[in-house]
Amino acid sequence: MTFHGSGLRPLSIATAVVLVAAFALAAFYAPEDADQGIIQKIFYIHVPIAIVALCGFVAGGIMGLQYLRTRDRVWDLRSYVAIHLSLILGVAVLVTGSIWARGSWGVWWTWDEPMLVSFLIVFLLYATYQPLRFSIEDPERQARYASVFAIVAGAWVPINFAAVRMADSFIHPRTLGTTTGGMPGEMMFTFLVALVGVALLYVTLWKFEMTAKQTRGQIRALRRRLAGEQAPPAGAGRSAAPQVHV
Amino acid sequence: MSGGGDYLAAAFLVFFALLLVYVVIMAVRMSRMERELAELNEIAARRDDDGGGDRDRDPVEVPTS
Repeated sequence: MTFHGSGLRPLSIATAVVLVAAFALAAFYAPEDADQGIIQKIFYIHVPIAIVALCGFVAGGIMGLQYLRTRDRVWDLRSYVAIHLSLILGVAVLVTGSIWARGSWGVWWTWDEPMLVSFLIVFLLYATYQPLRFSIEDPERQARYASVFAIVAGAWVPINFAAVRMADSFIHPRTLGTTTGGMPGEMMFTFLVALVGVALLYVTLWKFEMTAKQTRGQIRALRRRLAGEQAPPAGAGRSAAPQVHV
Repeated sequence: MSGGGDYLAAAFLVFFALLLVYVVIMAVRMSRMERELAELNEIAARRDDDGGGDRDRDPVEVPTS
């Protein structure tokens, strides 16, 4: 079994350093947007979280594919944790986006903006992942169905994103590859540091959660050994989270 | 603080609040695992005292939580 706790301490320190640097750059280095003013600085937290959350969903799909190829339960656990964390980041994206919309456009939400609605659809799609897992009692079948879900939904994320970018009318600002020359260098640098910081945070939390779940599995195995049981009783304790048996 | 500044502060606060809630939940789980490990260590030590390290002895009753 692979353990995910190695390198957690330096990774946590690197995450804290890069995130603090990103917030300092956003506060003191990046210029204020001429059009939106100081509220545009929400961009340095909102957009990196959105990008990392979507990448996490795709990564969850790739891990699900690995599970179907290898039938190794640890890939199911990795996929579950990746999607679980992306959902939490998804909440942050929706809330920070709504705050930005309220300050910038005067409304908390608008239904005629493809970027907002498409992200909400992706979020709601993945919100069904945990209930789907919980509805299946047999762990093997649960892992198989969850992996198929993760692959299909994960493939849909970049397709959806590309389709939205090809749409005509936007009020939601474009971040990368604009036809009007893109961001000034200071803004782009700050954005990239924030993106690296949030990506590091995601990896740190993923490793942290993987380590916690594997440790929990080991404790359960130890408890069973001390009680003289060879294997967990069939159907004991339905759970949405994969149970890794050591 | 200006209106824009308030919204900016609110967005960053939401991010940190979510992070804090997550860390607190993980900390609670960790402390629960720590308690369970201590309990299992105690049971293993008791078994060693009773059986003198004999591996073929009868299993002891372990609380299932």
